[in-house]
Parts: sequence; C-alpha cells; structure tokens
Amino acid sequence: MAFRYLPMTAEDKESMLEAIGVKSTDELFQDIPEAIRYKGDLQIKPALSEPVLVREMSRLANKNINTQEHTSFLGAGVYDHYIPSIVNHVISRSEFYTAYTPYQPEISQGELQAIFEFQTMITELTGMEVSNSSMYDGGTALAEAVTLSAGQTKKKKVIVSKAIHPHSREVIQTYAKGPNLEVIEIDTKDGITDIEALEQELDENTASVVLSYPNFYGQVEPLAKVQKLLENYKAMFIVSSNPLSLGYLTPPGEFGADIVVGDTQVFGIPGQFGGPHCGYFATTSKLMRKVPGRLVGQTKDEEGRRGFVLTLQAREQHIRRDKATSNICSNQALNALATSVALSALGKQGLKDMAYQNMQKARYAYTQFKEAGIEVKYEGAFFNEIVVVFQKSIKTINQKLQEKGYIGGFDLESIDPSLSGCMLIAITEMRTKEEIDGFVRELRDIHDE
Amino acid sequence: MMNENFPLIFERSQEGRMGYSLPELDVPEVEIELEEPYVRKNDADLPEVSELQIMRHYTALSTRNHGVDSGFYPLGSCTMKYNPKINEDVARMTGLSHIHPLQDPDSVQGALELMYDLQTSLEAITGMNTVTLQPAAGAHGEWTGLMMIRAFHETNGDYHRTKVIVPDSAHGTNPASATVAGFEAVTVKSNEQGLVDLDDLRRVVDENTAALMLTNPNTLGLFEEHILEMAEIVHGAGGKLYYDGANLNAILGYARPGDMGFDVVHLNLHKTFTGPHGGGGPGSGPVGVTSELAPYLPKPLLKKQHDRFVFEHDRPQSIGRVKPYFGNFGINVRAYTYIRTMGPEGLRQVSEYAVLNANYMMRELQKDFDLPFTQHCKHEFVLSGKRQKKLGVRTLDIAKRLLDFGYHPPTIYFPINVEEAMMVEPTETEAKETLDEFIAVMRQISKEVKENPEVVQEAPHTTIVSRLDETTAARKPVLTYKKE
Repeated sequence: MAFRYLPMTAEDKESMLEAIGVKSTDELFQDIPEAIRYKGDLQIKPALSEPVLVREMSRLANKNINTQEHTSFLGAGVYDHYIPSIVNHVISRSEFYTAYTPYQPEISQGELQAIFEFQTMITELTGMEVSNSSMYDGGTALAEAVTLSAGQTKKKKVIVSKAIHPHSREVIQTYAKGPNLEVIEIDTKDGITDIEALEQELDENTASVVLSYPNFYGQVEPLAKVQKLLENYKAMFIVSSNPLSLGYLTPPGEFGADIVVGDTQVFGIPGQFGGPHCGYFATTSKLMRKVPGRLVGQTKDEEGRRGFVLTLQAREQHIRRDKATSNICSNQALNALATSVALSALGKQGLKDMAYQNMQKARYAYTQFKEAGIEVKYEGAFFNEIVVVFQKSIKTINQKLQEKGYIGGFDLESIDPSLSGCMLIAITEMRTKEEIDGFVRELRDIHDE
Repeated sequence: MMNENFPLIFERSQEGRMGYSLPELDVPEVEIELEEPYVRKNDADLPEVSELQIMRHYTALSTRNHGVDSGFYPLGSCTMKYNPKINEDVARMTGLSHIHPLQDPDSVQGALELMYDLQTSLEAITGMNTVTLQPAAGAHGEWTGLMMIRAFHETNGDYHRTKVIVPDSAHGTNPASATVAGFEAVTVKSNEQGLVDLDDLRRVVDENTAALMLTNPNTLGLFEEHILEMAEIVHGAGGKLYYDGANLNAILGYARPGDMGFDVVHLNLHKTFTGPHGGGGPGSGPVGVTSELAPYLPKPLLKKQHDRFVFEHDRPQSIGRVKPYFGNFGINVRAYTYIRTMGPEGLRQVSEYAVLNANYMMRELQKDFDLPFTQHCKHEFVLSGKRQKKLGVRTLDIAKRLLDFGYHPPTIYFPINVEEAMMVEPTETEAKETLDEFIAVMRQISKEVKENPEVVQEAPHTTIVSRLDETTAARKPVLTYKKE
C-alpha cells in the first residue's frame, strides 16, 4: 500500500540500498537485538483514506456540544471571545507553523520579530519591563514563577491564595515537590483572599506571595493592600492575571509585582478543550537573567540592519543543562503569534472597548440575576465573572440548560464542597443582551421550580 | 536614504486607526464600581493599524521565515517532517476547536473518545501499560516521568535515590528536568562506538540511582544495542529506566521501548506524529508507564467505563496535576489524525524510510566529511566538521553557507561529545531528489572550503540579513520595542 506522505519509489529504494551497500532495509535494523525486535503489526486501527478519515473525524467532532452552536456562559479560565478572522489566516501560513525554533536567525527573522512584538505587547499589558516568548499555559507559567521565587530568595515557603484557578493551584503543588517547597494556601473571605490570614503567614522565610487578579471568582483582589504588606519583607509578589482585564484594570506592574503571568487564550485562541493555550511570563529587568524559556532580543547584522536573535541563552537547558533556570524547551510560538495578531487588530482602543464591554455585560447580568430573585454571592468589584447561588445541584441545572441550548457555568462544588449550589458564570463581549436575558430567564424558572 | 530596517507593527501604527469589529454595547451602561487605584490610567500602547496593514505585515514576516513547506529542513533531533494539511483542517473542526474543557464530560464524549483512542494507540506503539496525554511538551513529559519515578521510590522509603544518570550525548532537557524534579544529574560516558559505556554505567549506578534517562536510538542516531544489559544493570540496582521519545521516529513498528525494559516513556507528538512545530511550539508530550508506575500518573486519568469515557480524579498515589485541563488537545487531535492516516503498516514504513534516507545521506556525505561513528545509523547521523575546521572553516560557517542554497542547516554543535558536530535528520517525507540535491550542495561547500574558504566563512550572502551580533544582544539586551 502506498502512502501519500512517503515519496520513495521502488527504484529509489533499490538504488539507495545499493549506495549504502546493503540488500534490504531490514539489514539497517540488525542493531536491534533479536529479542526485542517487534514482530507483526502494531495493534492500532488500520489506515484510512482521506475522505473516510474526514468522515470519521467529523463523527467525533459532531458528538461534542460546542461553544459556537450552544450559548456558553462557562469561563473559569477559558473564555469565549471575539477572534478576528485574520488570526487564523496568519497562523495558517505554513512559513510560520511548519518552522522550528528560530535557531538560524538569518532565515527566521519573521518568527523572531513576531515574538519580539509579542514580548513588547505583554510588557505593555502588564506594566512590566520584560516578557519572555511564552510558556505552555497560565498554570505552568505560575508554577515556574513560584519555583523561580524560591530559587531567587533562597527561601522555601510560598503563600498561595485559594482564589487562584484550582488547576493552577494543583500544578503549583506538583511543581513544589521538586525543590521541596512548603505551599501555604490562604482561604478566601467574601470571594477574595483573606488578607489578614495572609499577613499572619507572611514572615522572613517567605519566598513569594501569589495572587490572581482578577481571581478565580471574578473578583478584583486588592493588590495595593498586598503591596503595602510586602514592603517590610523580601518576599516576591507574583500575580496571575487575565490579560484582557488589564484593558481596564491597573496593571500588576504598578502594584510592585515582581512576576506577572497568565494565559493569552483570551486573545485569538479558541478553547480547544483546554489546550494548547499560551502562557505569558513578565517580570522586572532585575530578574531578566532568571526568566524561564526563550527570549528574543534586538541586535544588528554586519551591515548595521536591525535584526532579532534568541538571546540570554545561558539561562537555558540546551546550554546550562542541569544548571538551567528551567527545563522548558518549547514555547507556544504559534499561539503567541495568534495573540499578537489579535492584539494588533484590537489595538489600543479595541483592547479597552473589549474589556469595558465584558465589565458592562457582566454588570448587566449581575443586575438581572438580582432582579430575578437569584442570589449573587459576592459583592466586591469584579471583572467579567460572577457567582450565583441555587438551592439545587449545579450539575442538574446545567443538564437542563444544555437541553435549552446553553452551556451553563462552572460548578464550584466540584472544587469546594462549601460552595454547593454555586455557579461561576462568565459574561463576555460575545454574549448579547438577548442571550443574557434568555439565560437569566431559564435559570429563574429552574430556581423557582 | 531609505530605512533598511523592516518595520515593527508598532512602527506602522497611526493614532485613530483600527482593525477590529466589536458589536455595539447592547446593555444599559452603568458606572463601574471599581475603586480609583484599580482603574487603569495609562493605556497599554498597542499598535493602531488597519486590517490590511496587519495582514501585509504578517505576510511579509512569514516570507522572512523558513518552514518545512519552504524547503528541506534536516535539523537533527527535531524530526522536521511534513505537517499534513488534513491535520490542520481536522483540528479546526468546530466540534474539536470550540469546546470547553470544563463542560460536562457527557457533552464531549467525541473528544474523549479521540483522546482515549490516541492513548491506547500510543500504548500499543510504545509497549507501555498506560499513557497520559496531560504533559504539554517533551521536557514537560520528562519532568512528569521523573516526578513519578521519585514518587515510586519515596513510596518504597527510598529517599536516598537522588541520582539520575544521563549520557554525555543526552539532550539538555534531560539533566535540566532531573534538576527541576529535585534530582542530581550524573553523567555516564559514551564509548568509541558512540554507545553508552557499560563499564562506566556499572561504575555510576549504585543504591542511590533513581533512574537512567536514555534516548534509543541515541542522539548520535545509533541504536543502543546493549539496551537489555543496561536495563539489567539499572533495574538490578533498583533504579528505573526512562525513555526520551525524541527519536521514536526511527523504530515505529520495529521495536518498542516497553519491550526494551523501559519503565517510563515520553513522546514528542510534534516530532514523530507530525504536530507542526509552530516556530517553537505548541507541542505535546504524552507519557506512558508500566503497570507498576501507573498509580503515580498525573490526575485526572481518562478511562473507559462501559461505553462512556470518564475522568478518574480519585487517584491517591498520583503525583498530581502537571497542567491545567487535559493537555494540548489541539496537537493531540493532529497526532491522532496522522496515526489514523498511516495505520500499522504506514507507521512501520515511516521508520523504514526515515532510516533508509538517513543511511543513504550518511554514506554519501561521508565522502566529504568526517563520520565519527561508522556503523549503520537509524533516523539521523552526526558528522564532524573537524577536517574543514583545520582549513579554517567552522561548522557554523558551513551551516550559514547552506542558507544561501535555501536549506535549513542541520543541528550544529550537538551532541556535545562530537567535535564540530553536524546532526542530520532527513526524515521519511523527503524525496530522493531532495536528498541528492542537498548532498551535491554539501559536496560543493566542501570543495569551497578547500578552494575558496572566504565564501563559506562570510556566508550567508543571500539572506535578508547577514550574521547578527549575538554578543551585543546578550550583553545589552533589548527585549522590547521602545518608542523613540
């Protein structure tokens, strides 16, 4: 059977074998000991022709309820946002997506410049001085920030708010086992981090304090208060931030954050069942040489023309091996590109408009829920997510919503039993007034049943 | 005078221009209740450009970039094979790209079926008991696997097992991952045949050994023929064997890490299984383990219960979560599409031709370049530019000269145990003509080195920029654009 990705003809094969000086390709595999040579066919499904394959993949795709045909109010870290059409056109250019890491700068200026522009955009959003070329996702970027803080301060205790995304908290716990860090989790109070409890934990042995802004419940954490608390300590201030919110909120850099991380999925990247998304990692000039992952820097060529290269590579695994600042090798270059395109399209004004629309629509939903007699749990300042309370299980409610064409919010009971009946709802610029009204109506009916 | 600098998107910006289209705000506006310190005062200075300007900008950037579709890309250890277009189409299907990871699992059974079938396919290909798709990339998979090995030893009270052995030819991620997982990396030497020196292995393995990390074939493109003895040495001392799947493209259907005695395997779906490299990512790095190590796999773990696919969260011995959600699903979709395209026979042919192509090129290039290890190679091989260096031309120069001919050069100065290394991996998707053309160019460069070394030393001559000053870039880093 012939395969369209394999170009060798029988004649090619024969002449190549002759050039090598062997009779068959099997001879080239004689170095695999007989005892472990695999006999027979791999136990996987047989090959499919392209049309049959498309049918099979469509079958799998069509079994999923998707966020385009259903109206989604599910957020909790992954959001349904406007993706300008040009994003997909740019990232579909195969000069970008079939390239590898730009190790040969002379033929990789396109990728390198795109990353340099991404780095600039991230520093603009976060109010930080330095950004890397991207990380796997917001959760692992946060975990890398935590381990960096421990290495930098030579301290083992990290204080992490429980109002951080639950998956990120779990990832931090896993990463912390490597260097044996002590992770202290701080409870929430009225939907934000209990600052008094945080203060009590803060001491000379603290490597860092970690907050999310806005936090997992959509609430805006009082970063100014935490900044003040940290004045008397050497502990680093790490903030995980939804970068879209920074179109309206004061960036963490202005509150003295040492490291700001998050995920740029909100800019040009579809949810795609949780990945790949795109982590960002921004920090101060002081920590520039400790940053995990790749950095692109500006320089000149021999004729004095501006050009870009991977730089400060002495931090990285392929040079420093076991002494590297991180083991990270790949980044999310293609998704960083998607984000750059989306941010170029939005521009200065569009970013503000989009963030503002999210805030207005979320406030509209907030008011409508209250008018419908449904409790909204937290009363603090928020971005685009709210928590509403029911006397029924959210799982059951979501099943009913699905039948009506909605994807309901996140069931908070799944991460905290004390939040049973609490649903975290995201309202983005994609949701129309009509959709919000319809959703509130459905929930009111369920609530009043 | 014309400014020769290619503009940044920021330099194309003009106040008042825009490239977006948001709906009108259709809800009554209210005052935002935020306290004053939290309301942003200084705008993020993003570019203000029209849609066509953006499209032209990035199209121009793409032409300043070399991908597999642009030309031959024999970058050793990276497996720069063709990225099938059907994979891209499938990954963009609405039902696969616009689904939320926190939806009710019953509403995404198609996605879970795909993931489950990919898991079982990878189990069959590697000979491992259970596979998780959670790790985001190869290095992430390495660290995940090592954390599992650590958890296993600690369960047995073996807290003293702190050493992870890596060959001197190993990828840099191996020792780096060992450190991040809290281990100490110990190097084992290679012998004159380019294989792990068994005597040195016996010397470094002891009761403190947690694991040996190995790629097989190794980074020299050579199969570690004594893998069974090595497994015996490491297992005999109570250590575990870790398989770095970077080079799996050489042995699909010919040998399986599980049968060689490996306990943990990570795969790079963006290498062997055609996930596009994307200019540096995203990748995907599934990890497979033996039944003994399965309890330690990251949670949640995807399982099949009767006809339903479910996530198992209750896994008390798990190392925990290594990534939010369930891995780089979009890349896994591409890998799965590829596996379904090739089937068992196709995958075996992949390795057959990957190895045939590499051996053919090796024997042809051996005529002009030093070949430190002369046995048959697997999917890649390593040349040394020693001979050319004596004539004043470095491997870096040869690499730069290749750019003039429209090629992406091989990996250079890696592995570190070969002087002036050039690591060539043609992959199975290249036609013989392509290989022959490249061989002819290499022959010409070898001739130039002898007759006209300046043309090589001063290369590249045809690229949009000449060699860039990397020293200044690192000494005085400029990492962002600043308006003048």
